[in-house]
Amino acid sequence: MNALKKLFGGNTRQFGMIFALVALIVFFQIFTGGRTLTPGNVINLFNGNSYILILAIGMVLVIIAGHIDLSVGSVAAFVGVSVALAMRDWGLPWWAGVLFGLLLGAVIGAWQGLWTAYVGIPAFIVTLAGMLLFRGFNQFVGKSNTIPVSKEFQFIGSGYLPEIGPNTGFNNLTLLIGIVAAAFVVIMSLRARAASKALGADVPELWVEVTKLVLICGAILYATYLFATGRPGTSFPIPGLILAVLVLIYGFIADKTVLGRHVYAVGGNRHAAELSGVQSKKVNFMVMMNMSILAGLAGMIFVARSTASGPFDGVGWELDAIAAVFIGGAAVTGGVGTVIGSIVGGLVMAVLNNGLQLLGVGADLTQIIKGLVLLAAVAFDVYNKSQGKRSITGMLIKGFQRNNNEIKPDETTSTKEVISKEA
Amino acid sequence: MTSLDTQGDPILLEMRSITKEFPGVKALSNVNLRVMAGEIHAICGENGAGKSTLMKVLSGVYGYGSYTGDIVYQAETQQFKDIRASEAAGIVIIHQELALIPELSIMENIFLGNEPTKWGVIDWAEARKRSMELLARVGLREDPDTPIKEIGVGKQQLVEIAKALNKSVRLLILDEPTAALNESDSQHLLDLILGLKGKGITSIIISHKLNEIEQIADEITIIRDGKSIETLNVKRDGVDEDRIIKGMVGRTLESRFPDHEPKIGEVFFEVKDWTVGHPQIQDRLICKGSNFYVRRGEIVGFAGLMGAGRTELARSLFGHSYGRFIKGQVYKDGKPVNLRSVRSAIDAGLGYVTEDRKSLGLNLLDDIKTTTVSAALNKISNYTVVDTRKEFSIAEEYRKSLRTKTPSVEEGVAKLSGGNQQKVVLAKWMFTDPDLLILDEPTRGIDVGAKYEIYGIIQRLANQGKGVIVISSELPELLGLSDRIYTIFEGAITGVLDKNEATQESLMKLMTSARKTA
Repeated sequence: MNALKKLFGGNTRQFGMIFALVALIVFFQIFTGGRTLTPGNVINLFNGNSYILILAIGMVLVIIAGHIDLSVGSVAAFVGVSVALAMRDWGLPWWAGVLFGLLLGAVIGAWQGLWTAYVGIPAFIVTLAGMLLFRGFNQFVGKSNTIPVSKEFQFIGSGYLPEIGPNTGFNNLTLLIGIVAAAFVVIMSLRARAASKALGADVPELWVEVTKLVLICGAILYATYLFATGRPGTSFPIPGLILAVLVLIYGFIADKTVLGRHVYAVGGNRHAAELSGVQSKKVNFMVMMNMSILAGLAGMIFVARSTASGPFDGVGWELDAIAAVFIGGAAVTGGVGTVIGSIVGGLVMAVLNNGLQLLGVGADLTQIIKGLVLLAAVAFDVYNKSQGKRSITGMLIKGFQRNNNEIKPDETTSTKEVISKEA
Repeated sequence: MTSLDTQGDPILLEMRSITKEFPGVKALSNVNLRVMAGEIHAICGENGAGKSTLMKVLSGVYGYGSYTGDIVYQAETQQFKDIRASEAAGIVIIHQELALIPELSIMENIFLGNEPTKWGVIDWAEARKRSMELLARVGLREDPDTPIKEIGVGKQQLVEIAKALNKSVRLLILDEPTAALNESDSQHLLDLILGLKGKGITSIIISHKLNEIEQIADEITIIRDGKSIETLNVKRDGVDEDRIIKGMVGRTLESRFPDHEPKIGEVFFEVKDWTVGHPQIQDRLICKGSNFYVRRGEIVGFAGLMGAGRTELARSLFGHSYGRFIKGQVYKDGKPVNLRSVRSAIDAGLGYVTEDRKSLGLNLLDDIKTTTVSAALNKISNYTVVDTRKEFSIAEEYRKSLRTKTPSVEEGVAKLSGGNQQKVVLAKWMFTDPDLLILDEPTRGIDVGAKYEIYGIIQRLANQGKGVIVISSELPELLGLSDRIYTIFEGAITGVLDKNEATQESLMKLMTSARKTA
């Protein structure tokens, strides 16, 4: 269990969520008569949810730092309409439109960060105001019309990896990415293992490591197979590619960089962080600003996918993103959460949505079920904490545990020991 | 009603072979405790010995059925299923962390959960009358309408006792009642407990301050490793602090401080005319033109009553992290340095270990290794990417050299005991490699054995040529550790005494009087 737990951030709920995700996929695969894991459906699933998952990446950082951002849907809509207008009226090429959108997101983020970090207004209030403000701006500058975007721009929302190389019956680029990703995972895990061993840290037994790698690589390669064998002209979608790159970058930032450490430190105990020399205002500013940049990106991808920007783009996105983050194991009080966990949380919601749709369940029931899932996921975690017990999933997979790491009564070096040493 | 022991004294409470297990840990095993009616009974033991667990069993926090053994109270076997049941029987526990609501008034807190009502409506006139009486009994002169957050910890403790008295308490349990109090508040509280004893209220007191126990307790039960070791009668057995420590640790502790031969060099850190204003209140100064210096290899003590401005001085020096800076200059190695932010203070070679480990010193969500490097991430990162291998090996190094008891450095700091947490905090600041380390109450809430180790660490730092400032409320600690001691009174430095001329009396005099000679 520890090995898997470590991989996904050592959080029982996240860990449980991976199993929940797998279970959901299997469930829907069976009950939809195999319509869940078809190339078309999986591609669709990624295309239709990538913008929420991108928001979840930013949102998890905001929530780790102890804030929340309610404005992401409105910011996405405002950036979307501004970019669409800029390209139509000023004749900006698609790439300049993207840059303009990111820049606009940064400016909006700086505005919200200023109020949150430097004036000290709770982010809940600042972004609630932002939600109204930018929704209004969206409808004001767009005059509540839909504004179409060019074919080139649509590529970032609905494009696919191109066909190149010999005809293998697969999409070659997708195949290549899948194989490289699998190889990358294997090499990194083995390197980390060797390094830990060299330092004398605990490493899981080899068979655990191998099982883990086989499972992960299996999943990656199976997904690759699905994406590479879609209907001609489709393959791994561009929004999925953008998402994958962002997950890698932000996962790295959160886990391995000084800035990431500071985000966790500020969220965990702001005063302690400040007394350790962390500039908490700067950190808060950065996470708020980053969130709006990603919201801008999500807005542009959505506009590109739906071929036009509209006055009601992004309504309710903030709630989907926040739900993904909490299902993915973040704590309301801050200091806890991971990027990968939030993606898993987002995927749980996405698979649920998609599967229920395939089963022909109505929107009303779907919402009820989603609400219950969110509540259950968090309640499960709270219950576990209060009981101090291992989670049900944890107990189910007890076999993975390398040794029974019973919590030993912790104590200082006992006085006797010290005295006898000094005497 | 009450049974008698062999000498004919009435027994109020007897806990017989209490055993309490947590998953994987036996917290109490066959503990016996016998408390006479009308006495003050102290329970002593190291941190983690099981004192608080025993009291939680008694007060029903761990209800009947979750432990084995018998509780005989007022000659009847009791089965308290929760805290309400024990309170109904007249047993009231006052926890170390006070259970008062800061925004509510003294009166509202006293009657919380126990409001006097008339036809279902709170009778505030009655409440006021009764709270006046109760406040008079505990000797607290405050308006009952004053919000709790506006009175100090010492007074809050009195409110807790008033609240207990309102519940017609027969057996009062106090868990570390004076841990957060200064000397005069502590004394007042101890006098009050003695006064209550005169009125027939029996008390059980848990405390690390052995001098206080020696002063007020009639009997002392010592608990070690979850077992009751012995019960001492203070008068009959002629108990003193050394005797208690012997019981607590299992043998005599020859010295409470490691031997240390100071190697003091030249003055390297100097503060001149340091003046800081109160963060909220205009015109109020918390540091009044303080001047002091620290030499290399020197351990400098700062003595003062709580609220005298010791912590405020330290924190304002440490990157202006408290109060409004007004004027003053810091010199390091003869050159003026700017300490405008915590970062610049750290860069200038300062470290500050806070008195409030849990809320200011640690991120309780972090593990040991992350905490160890958290104040000097730049030392283990290349282009802002943290080298996690270095992180691990550094944390491992400090775990070994400070002898932190933990299964691994990947353990969460929240799981550690106070002494081990303090070692992790010390490691964090030692890793920043400061020239001057300011330690604010470095041994608060830490048991005797771990204290000895922390003292050893402090002396080792001094031997490396660093300056160490130790702020402490415990005068014996300052006297045992420091080479020189400054005294602070109401924000001003009132004196400085050398190790060989300082005594508790001479320090206390300077700590409670206005400036004589600086």
